[in-house]
Amino acid sequence: MGILQFLFWLLSAVALTGAIMVLASKNPVHSVLWLIVVFFAISGHYVLLNAQFLAVVNLIVYAGAIMVLFLFVIMLMNLNTVIETRKNLWMKAAGIISGGILFLIMISVVRSSADMVSRTAQLKEGSIGLIETLGKVLFTQYVVPFEISSVLFLSAMVGAVVIGKKD
Amino acid sequence: MNLLAFDWALLIEKLVLIAIIITISLVVAMYATYGERKVAAWMQDRVGPNRAGPFGILQPLADGMKLFFKEEIIPNSSNKFLFILGPCLAMLTAMMTSAIIPWGSELRIGDRVISLQIADINIGILYVFGVVSMGVYGIMIGGWASNNKFSLMAALRGASQVISYELAMGISLIALLMLTGSLSLKTITEQQMAPGHYWNVLYQPLGFLIFFVCALAECNRAPFDLSEAESELNMGYHQEYSSMKLGFFLFSEYINMFISSVIMATLFFGGYDIPFIDESKYNPNLMAWLGVGALMVKALIFIFVFMWIRWTLPRFRYDQLMNLGWKALIPLALINMVITAVVILKYFN
Repeated sequence: MGILQFLFWLLSAVALTGAIMVLASKNPVHSVLWLIVVFFAISGHYVLLNAQFLAVVNLIVYAGAIMVLFLFVIMLMNLNTVIETRKNLWMKAAGIISGGILFLIMISVVRSSADMVSRTAQLKEGSIGLIETLGKVLFTQYVVPFEISSVLFLSAMVGAVVIGKKD
Repeated sequence: MNLLAFDWALLIEKLVLIAIIITISLVVAMYATYGERKVAAWMQDRVGPNRAGPFGILQPLADGMKLFFKEEIIPNSSNKFLFILGPCLAMLTAMMTSAIIPWGSELRIGDRVISLQIADINIGILYVFGVVSMGVYGIMIGGWASNNKFSLMAALRGASQVISYELAMGISLIALLMLTGSLSLKTITEQQMAPGHYWNVLYQPLGFLIFFVCALAECNRAPFDLSEAESELNMGYHQEYSSMKLGFFLFSEYINMFISSVIMATLFFGGYDIPFIDESKYNPNLMAWLGVGALMVKALIFIFVFMWIRWTLPRFRYDQLMNLGWKALIPLALINMVITAVVILKYFN
């Protein structure tokens, strides 16, 4: 077992434990913190695939910005007291079954997709996730969608300011 | 036995390097507390700490001992796990940034070349931003878990301050990145060392100024230490902390200060470059050590400037702080970015 495999299994274990704990922990602040652990593990996977830019942007945007806002909201809404929401058994069973079926579908898609069959992930090689390649692709091949999405972001920002403004 | 077929030599080399760098950061931070008190005393025409050892040189040790032996108080109504996690996170994120800083060029021992940098990653500066944006959690979690409204308010203040100033910092760096064309700190340093090329501060004076102000704010240093404004918030986010957990919070501020000084020196002041000397003409090992020394001197000068500002300027009001960040620094950084882009497009293309 080389260091890459070792790290892969370690990160996978961390990601899965974190994801389960997000759902299992009763305190919402703990859930948010576990979610941050999941993001770290996923970023680790990106690094293994040599997609360093994706890894760090995942950390900056999700763990660093969005989760901070989540924490803000949870702290200010004072969800400190544990509220036990009781759902009936039927709801739980329905949730488990539908979630499980979705999971099965995703596994079968991944296993049978023509792009995936008999391929292995390229660890530590390839430059597809490096900032230089990504920038070139974004500004040549995908320049129109890129600019449109930036307009979308701008309108979202204006919208946020309008909503946040009193009267 | 290829169950764990790691490159053990590399792993051990890096571990030793990490241990050394963390020790150095801790020692520098420790003596920065001493330095701060001496600088403050000097500016206020006092003597400063002078009891423990000659010139009070053992004062930081005495302070550390005192903090360790203080009673550990965890408030009953606090969230115990998060209460302990807060200072740990603050310390951890303060340390993590040191991984990508090039502390010197290369050492040659026998035929093994040891790079004085833990990881030369492709996305160096973005990594710094990632870690800085993590730095909010230490304050926020610590402040919230104390279950004290002053701590919570201070934590929210601190977090929103860090988020606001991160933007201006990032934009001011984009202008620098246009010049260097690389995110790796090692490449940026080597470009500044190349003959015929000057330190980046000459090309980006405004960018440096914005970066410096933002670094002050990111470290929660005066005049931006709104999250520990004792006249409004008692003691700020570490109100309920005692013993070494309080020490961790205070200490992480000094580590942050040291690391951000080193980053500023690396980005704008040539890193381990010794001014007016062509390093390639001399013995590489000797020059590597002298380069580390040069970087340290630059960092110490920055730390002194940090202290100088703290003991000169009064604290901002909160609305002034936000106005400065959003209405002054971000537009300035944007203008700087556009001008740099235009100049590069027109004259260097």
